Amino acid sequence: MQKAQTTIPFKGTKEQEEKLKAVITQLRDEKGALMPILQHAQDIYGYLPMEVQEVISEEMDIPLEEVYGVVSFYTQFTLNPKGQYNIAVCLGTACYVKGSKEIFDAISDKLGIGPGGCTADGKFSFEACRCIGACGLAPVMMINDEVYGRLVKDDVGKILDRY
Amino acid sequence: MIRSHVLICSGENCTSSGSEKLISAMESEIVKKGLADEVKVIKAGCFDLCSSGPNMIIYPEGAFYSNVTVADISEIVEEHLIKGRVVKRLLHHDFTQEKTVSSLNEVPFYQKQLRIALRNCGVINPEDIDEYIAFDGYRALGKVLTEMKPEEVIDVVLRSGLRGRGGAGFPTGRKWQLARGNAADQKYVCCNADEGDPGAFMDRSVLEGDPHSVLEAMAIAGYAIGATQGYIYVRAEYPIAIKRLRIAIDQARDYNLLGKDIFGTGFEFDIELRLGSGAFVCGEETALMTSIEGHRGEPHPRPPFPAVKGLFGKPTILNNVETYANIAQIILKGPEWFSSIGTEKSKGTKVFALGGKINHTGLVEIPMGTTLREIIDDIGGGIPGGKKFKAAQTGGPSGGCIPPEHLDIKIDYDNLISIGSMMGSGGLIVMDEDNCMVDIARFFLDFTVDESCGKCVPCRIGTRRLLEILDKIISGNGEMKDLDRLDELCRYIKENSLCGLGQTAPNPVLSTLHYFRDEYLAHVVDKRCPAGVCKSLITYEIDPVKCTGCTLCARNCPTNAITGTVKNPHVIDKSKCIKCGVCQQKCRFSAVIKK
Repeated sequence: MQKAQTTIPFKGTKEQEEKLKAVITQLRDEKGALMPILQHAQDIYGYLPMEVQEVISEEMDIPLEEVYGVVSFYTQFTLNPKGQYNIAVCLGTACYVKGSKEIFDAISDKLGIGPGGCTADGKFSFEACRCIGACGLAPVMMINDEVYGRLVKDDVGKILDRY
Repeated sequence: MIRSHVLICSGENCTSSGSEKLISAMESEIVKKGLADEVKVIKAGCFDLCSSGPNMIIYPEGAFYSNVTVADISEIVEEHLIKGRVVKRLLHHDFTQEKTVSSLNEVPFYQKQLRIALRNCGVINPEDIDEYIAFDGYRALGKVLTEMKPEEVIDVVLRSGLRGRGGAGFPTGRKWQLARGNAADQKYVCCNADEGDPGAFMDRSVLEGDPHSVLEAMAIAGYAIGATQGYIYVRAEYPIAIKRLRIAIDQARDYNLLGKDIFGTGFEFDIELRLGSGAFVCGEETALMTSIEGHRGEPHPRPPFPAVKGLFGKPTILNNVETYANIAQIILKGPEWFSSIGTEKSKGTKVFALGGKINHTGLVEIPMGTTLREIIDDIGGGIPGGKKFKAAQTGGPSGGCIPPEHLDIKIDYDNLISIGSMMGSGGLIVMDEDNCMVDIARFFLDFTVDESCGKCVPCRIGTRRLLEILDKIISGNGEMKDLDRLDELCRYIKENSLCGLGQTAPNPVLSTLHYFRDEYLAHVVDKRCPAGVCKSLITYEIDPVKCTGCTLCARNCPTNAITGTVKNPHVIDKSKCIKCGVCQQKCRFSAVIKK
């Protein structure tokens, strides 16, 4: 899937950069350290903008295009900042056959944004996700780490209003 | 003295339904009533009956409570734990027998199952190594290190007939033998816990409910092939599994069951965790290893096979979580015991994640050779709402749809391939008459197009063309020659793709085209979707006889497509209708018909 670059200016702090550099120093000598470092970096910044990738490339002595190649390959790595609340609707098979596409469309309609988008106030971001392994509760969605299961279309509004 | 054990499921499904809150509420209630010295609360692994969670079992009675809420806790403590009276209204209600059951052994969901890989799930506390050890944990590793030569271990695994549970079914012992035969200064043991098939969550359950069984088996594999380092590649989407694996690895190191000089035999083995970052193709073995090395997870051609040149260029074995979960039992109970279970060429059991249109969703572990009908009707409790069975999908995006005429086929690796599906990692999704098979084929293609890594042309471009043809059919513009094109393109992609993802990607199309050709014809020739799923091909109409003119539909229609006056039949203007179906949901008189 093509990943769009963000247009939001980078707002990283000195503390974040120090944290990142500490992680790099700690993991640098492990075999295949790039992935774990990128995962830590995303935890620190919430996303992986070019500025962060440049630091990693510089410190690790790995060409930037190779770092970017890895970031753009894996769906968990994001080039865009997420909203305060990230909504992920499961479109795995078990959820799909139980109508998760309807839930997905209802949220998209309600928020007025498509998958991968973020509302103008930065409150909600929205995406489709792969199976989260809660198939017994299908159809499910996650808002940050909270899982909502056995959804019907009418629940969507009520749940979003709580945030 | 502890007189009662309260086991509360802390698997993913029950945690999502709030079992964490139940655990803390139960613990504080027990303290409040002064029972802390008599009753122990255990955070157990998955009980597998996920559809009725949160679930709780109280021993010694074995009372199985379902759909428990925090509000029920004080009653359970007061009635059951203090007065010794089972709380009948919370007992698990079984759909198939239309009755409540009092203990775990009476639940029909478990009766036809044989639990080897899931033996400890829902029985022990996965965060406590002592409980694993109390259930014979690490005894197999001890036996292997002190009594057996590496060749003998491989021989036992070979004779057991165990085949890879990740889907392809390669004999596990043969894999180990190949890696043993290649001399090198370093070898690696890897565990594939990148469970990517949508709808499959058996590996997650093992990792969350019994993580030590995987660690123990990896150490045994390390001894057998001569490796000192293991890697577990686990999906980042499984936070509970990752947490419990970390705890398990730390505890095993503390007990010196991982590390140097294990059991004082001089054998050294350690395990590191690596997190996947959401790429389905990384379930393919060469792609997974490339990913652990820190690159884009792209596969490469075999040979060389990983047993010769794998991770970091060294001989490597890669087995799936469920495969490892069988190993310790095979060592302890012997290969003859294991090979006595199952069919001629597929031994042992297989765990399936039962999902979709079925009463009991959850995990089932059945001996190979059980029929699909037994799984769906006897264990799964049939299809809800009296609907008709249409198909069962196995093997995820690599598998196929099995029609009703094959319900009595005995499930094993070879039989499933003979009917155009495959075992896969074990997702089993049941579909009823309301699911459109063309739409399902499109769903899987959409998935593979998204997940194709792009390295080889047949997969990257071929799957996209397949998706486009399916979209054309679903939108009502299909022609007869499209069906032939689909068939031809599918065969081309199967034969020419680089890795397993591309080679199996056409299976959902081929199997639906074969078994449900009439549905494709309905879309192409009659421009009709028999299941009423494909929006371009359905219309909503109001039956003037049933319509009472209550105006409810007109008031709820988002596009004002419905007109009519009070107490007179209403009409839908098809040019304005966006087919959202709200009118049909709202109508109290079943007057809105979908055609």
